[in-house]
Amino acid sequence: MSSMTATISATLKEERSMKMGIFFLFLAVAIVFFFIFNSNVTSDMTTTFGLNRGKAAIELPPLELPTQMTLWAVAILIGFIGGWQLSKGFKNVNGMLLAACLLFVFAFLTWAARGKSMNMVGMLYESLTRATPIAFGALSGILCERAGVVNIAIEGMMLSGAMVSVVVASILRNHDAVHPETGEMLYPAWLSSIGSTLEMMNISDALPWHLMIGLLGGIFIGGLLAAFHAWLSIEYKVDQIISGTVINIFSLGMTSFLSQRFLQPLQALNSSGTFKPMPIPGLSNIPIIGPLLFERPFLVYVLFALVIGIHVMLFYTRWGLRTIAVGEHPKAADTLGINVFRMRYINVIVGGMVAGLGGAYFTLGSVGRFDENLTAGKGFIGLAAMIFGKWTALGAFGASLIFGFADALQQKLQIFSSQVPIPSEFLLMGPYIITIIILAGVIGRAIPPAADGIPYEKE
Amino acid sequence: MSNTKLVREALEALLIPILAVITALIIGGFIIVVTDPNVYSAFREGGIVAGFSAVAGGVWIAYSSMFMGSLGSLRNMSESLVESTPYIFAGLAVAVGFRGGLFNIGVEGQLLVGAMASVYVATNFSLPWIIHMPLCIIVGMLAGGLWAAIAGYLKAETGAHEVITTIMMNYIVYLFFDWSINGFLCREGCASPVSGLVPESAFLPQINDFLVQSTAYRIHAGFIIALLVATFIWWILFKTTIGFEIRTVGANPNAARYGGINTTKVTVMTMAISGGLAGLAGAAQLLGVNRVLASGFSAGYGFDAIALALLGRSHPLGVVLAAILFGTLRSGATSMQLSAEIPTDIIAVIQALVIVFIAAPAIIRRIYRLKPKADDEGAPVVRGWGA
Repeated sequence: MSSMTATISATLKEERSMKMGIFFLFLAVAIVFFFIFNSNVTSDMTTTFGLNRGKAAIELPPLELPTQMTLWAVAILIGFIGGWQLSKGFKNVNGMLLAACLLFVFAFLTWAARGKSMNMVGMLYESLTRATPIAFGALSGILCERAGVVNIAIEGMMLSGAMVSVVVASILRNHDAVHPETGEMLYPAWLSSIGSTLEMMNISDALPWHLMIGLLGGIFIGGLLAAFHAWLSIEYKVDQIISGTVINIFSLGMTSFLSQRFLQPLQALNSSGTFKPMPIPGLSNIPIIGPLLFERPFLVYVLFALVIGIHVMLFYTRWGLRTIAVGEHPKAADTLGINVFRMRYINVIVGGMVAGLGGAYFTLGSVGRFDENLTAGKGFIGLAAMIFGKWTALGAFGASLIFGFADALQQKLQIFSSQVPIPSEFLLMGPYIITIIILAGVIGRAIPPAADGIPYEKE
Repeated sequence: MSNTKLVREALEALLIPILAVITALIIGGFIIVVTDPNVYSAFREGGIVAGFSAVAGGVWIAYSSMFMGSLGSLRNMSESLVESTPYIFAGLAVAVGFRGGLFNIGVEGQLLVGAMASVYVATNFSLPWIIHMPLCIIVGMLAGGLWAAIAGYLKAETGAHEVITTIMMNYIVYLFFDWSINGFLCREGCASPVSGLVPESAFLPQINDFLVQSTAYRIHAGFIIALLVATFIWWILFKTTIGFEIRTVGANPNAARYGGINTTKVTVMTMAISGGLAGLAGAAQLLGVNRVLASGFSAGYGFDAIALALLGRSHPLGVVLAAILFGTLRSGATSMQLSAEIPTDIIAVIQALVIVFIAAPAIIRRIYRLKPKADDEGAPVVRGWGA
């Protein structure tokens, strides 16, 4: 029996290996056909990639590449990978898949910016900016699902976090605002005095107190909604997907309702300002890496800390190992004296807090105001990143970067729209299509924690 | 079984949904009052009595304008049924999915796909009514069904969870819609993103169409079709082999597989039927009410449908009743926004609360101190990422 299974899985593996090889060859042919023959690329064209973002301590000269030559080189390289894959086979197919896709994207960029200049570092910077909320969502998902609770309510928690954080921060910032019609003070005296005290206590421009307290507001509402989710799914054993959907519908309805009722008539409630970039002295001067990683606003550093922190906590601490046990085999964990319900409550609530923090990034981290349905599905993309990253913090962060890159790419391409004959709507579909492809398991089937989504019943 | 027993069982089955709706409305009223600045100023300036009268007044104005707006006149009742029509189709779509163990959140997108396909056929062909109108409806249904079947196929073949794939597919549809309404679906000249008008040969007849100079009664043949389709779905689900297979896969996919049911086929089929119903919702709304396709066409029917299917316990009759209730609420909410300046989004909040109480009937039982019941399986079970 087992030998038969082994044969079947070996055949499946061979089939997949062949499909991959064909896919690589297809990429190579696509480059030749669409980018070289089927466009106006001439042999004297060059593509320029800028390598600085704004003013840098050490200016790098831009990278100038002959367009046609580069495209041929990349096509031949991918073709070689494909041929090797078909004849001999790579041990690490997924790594090669990633490499081939990156090369293809590089070829695509070289082609899209033919005869022009594209700021590469600027685009990578934008990628991480756009990946940040997705990564927060993915981390939130990991915390919940490792403990065995499916959380599709990340979207709703983020939306609520975005709103509450911007309202809290706006009240504290605009503490002396007056009503636009009556001219009366908008807030009671004690609130205004807290606001003005905070304003006087500000230490740095990048970390004003009103924004920090706004963050706490976002974290709080995320945790509160998560507690509700945990209560429904642990106490009442409501199907976790339904309970999550409830929170999503509730959050969308409630935030839109409150936004129309209060935020639109009273702008003082909806203008918080944003976190300014906080360059880290020394590190931020390194070429390329400096502007990419160390000239960021506060929340991105928080994300870095969370990615590393959750990775270490999950795999190297007692809490993490217990969490995994509860998510994989709650009964065994229970027998060993771990309180399954308590672990699940704690994890889900902490996960909700992370989602709330991610929500705050939409407002305090980028635009400083709340609009209806601001998150626009980023929470769900975060879930896809979590699955793609196979329920690990580092993997999910990497997956988020891919989504962020796709998002930044479509934005960048709109600048080159005269050279890239694809309507912007189709470019915008990119991240969603990638999500589906990833879920459909191009990268091999992802295996969730064994007890994910199953309510635990104590006997 | 005696008649009285039947009646008692029916009443008991209705008890939880009715209490759920009432409780959700009470909490909704509470939210309306708490977010009303007039209530606070009344408490501050006039004291407790004035405050509480402002509270009562706020709730009264909100719900009475909702009631009058939905049921206050023959015209408003017709509008309520007009609102109910897409809800019946969309609610059935989600319900069929639930029966087959699938959570189709993509109804919103599938509905739009149906409407797009339907408007394409309606504006690009000229045929006699007897062919054109049914053709538009069928094309809308097929388009919605095919689009949804993709998600079903992905689920069955690769295990990609339908909740995420259908949500992603919704966004893809919205973007495709934006592109096509400015492109091949746009009317001649394309001054604004609006499709061409649906010709009379593709109309689902409204009562208005037979009255001279009246726009009061927009209720259309789609409502009748919806009731017929609901009956048909009931027949499929409970009287045919495919319905049995759908329900078996929904209840226990492993058992179904061991019993010799082709679960892949059934999953794709379930999703296709579900999407087809969603497409019907779009086509009927297009041909019966809007008669032109523009942005903001759907306005959330697909998401409200989840609450409907749960409220109706995924049973066609229950879904029809729930759809009429929600259609009434929604048409009332519009007039509530107009006369009491309460954003219609409060309806989404109320719907979320209804789902909570239906999915966790124990909460309702605790609030109203009802006897707990062993077989209290109100909500269907959706499988996790893996299966």
